Amino acid sequence: MTSQPSGSEPSGTPPGFPLAILAELTHRCPLQCPYCSNPVALEAASAELDTDTWLRAIEEVAELGALQIHFSGGEPTSRKDLETLIRKANEVGLYSNLITAGVLVGEDRLSSLADAGLDHVQLSFQDSEAAGCDRIGGFKGGFEKKLEFAKSVNALDLPLTANMVVHRQNLANLETMLELAVELTARRVEIAHVQYYGWAYVNRAALMPTRAQLERATEIVEEARERLKGILVIDYVVPDYYAKRPKSCMGGWGQQFLNISPAGKVLPCHAAESITSLSFDRFPDKSLREIWETSDAFLAYRGTDWMPEPCRSCDRREIDWGGCRCQAFAITGAADNVDPACALSPEHELLQALAQEDSHAGSDDFLYRTRRTGLELQDA
Amino acid sequence: MTERIEITETSVPALPRGVKLRFDKQRDQWVLLAPERLFVLDSIALEIVKRCKGEANIDEIADDLATSFSAPKDVVMKDVIALLQDLTDKRILTA
Ligand code: SF4
Ligand code: SF4
Repeated sequence: MTSQPSGSEPSGTPPGFPLAILAELTHRCPLQCPYCSNPVALEAASAELDTDTWLRAIEEVAELGALQIHFSGGEPTSRKDLETLIRKANEVGLYSNLITAGVLVGEDRLSSLADAGLDHVQLSFQDSEAAGCDRIGGFKGGFEKKLEFAKSVNALDLPLTANMVVHRQNLANLETMLELAVELTARRVEIAHVQYYGWAYVNRAALMPTRAQLERATEIVEEARERLKGILVIDYVVPDYYAKRPKSCMGGWGQQFLNISPAGKVLPCHAAESITSLSFDRFPDKSLREIWETSDAFLAYRGTDWMPEPCRSCDRREIDWGGCRCQAFAITGAADNVDPACALSPEHELLQALAQEDSHAGSDDFLYRTRRTGLELQDA
Repeated sequence: MTERIEITETSVPALPRGVKLRFDKQRDQWVLLAPERLFVLDSIALEIVKRCKGEANIDEIADDLATSFSAPKDVVMKDVIALLQDLTDKRILTA
């Protein structure tokens, strides 16, 4: 998938059951976004879980208490069994969301997905115009296809969210991105800044915005929220590397979400595989309940017991949950350190200096997300 | 182009496609499920939302609630409009 989910579920739900599952059906994708939240080591098609296993996973996660399922990838529509999976999700009462780049599917397939019970579509845009969109996504003609796709979504009366990942190379178009979302009659738009992990970490010198860009972006969003009230809901995911306090980790690590990778690894978050010090249980080797309740990866940072000082005695510990484990690992080398985005972290200045430096790195070249590049990066 | 919907006494509210009212048995609560969102409904909000079926208008809904809960209609009306305007602005209700 190309987006970085915000994880902004409401707080106040008692822990104990996951609220949502991210089903990453495949890592195959026609696009090659340089900030993809998939791990650098992409799974081959041959490693993917089969239909029956996914059907069981969907049943088990509904049984565990989840209310929503996000079908993601890679590009989830490259799976031919998507209809079957959506139908099952519907049957067990899960609200289903398709997270797509919108370049593979015409109106016929979309209509068969809608008939299967799809509730919502989230469509990614890499920029507000063709040249940038196609260059950043590494897919020629993609922008036009996305516009067509959005039309089909509207024709079928499915609700549409536009997802825009923003960074140094497209932030100048933020206003036209918002306009595009309005033109497409999206109910919602997600404006998400890239964070430091996965492919985005590899490409950070080409992606990192300057502080001035970030401040301007925040102004634009605040103004647009007022102006577009009742027309477009704007979800804005701010980056925290220029901030004093970290972003909340998805309502707490292992408290509201679980993510199943194409090969069946069950993860507390979509980026968790970037923490190479953790190992992850696989479905169906163990049941989802067993993994949710007892696996090392979920227990490692669930709640507050694992926390070091200053988090342990901080009054924000159940607000931000100590920030992002993936970012802590990427920057400090240990996932149980305080997130360096927090001003109370000893590495905070390092992070800020790194962001400064990356934002002025000068090179706009991307390392595109392909399996081959991933393998090379792994070897390096 | 979409325009902002103003909820008035004559609006006929409904849940649009993609928004679902559901009982969440694990957590023993009613929720509205919407794209990337979940709204927990308290008992009053639930009674209001249950009546948003694209049939009754706000005036009729307020009447019905005022009778069912023996409450003054003007107070009920204010609450209904406030809640439904808020949901409309969040794009999870239409009218
Ligand atoms: S560890 Fe970081 S990337 Fe993972 S869920 Fe928490 S905030 Fe998100
Ligand atoms: S010290 Fe820990 S809990 Fe407190 S604000 Fe910083 S990261 Fe959050």
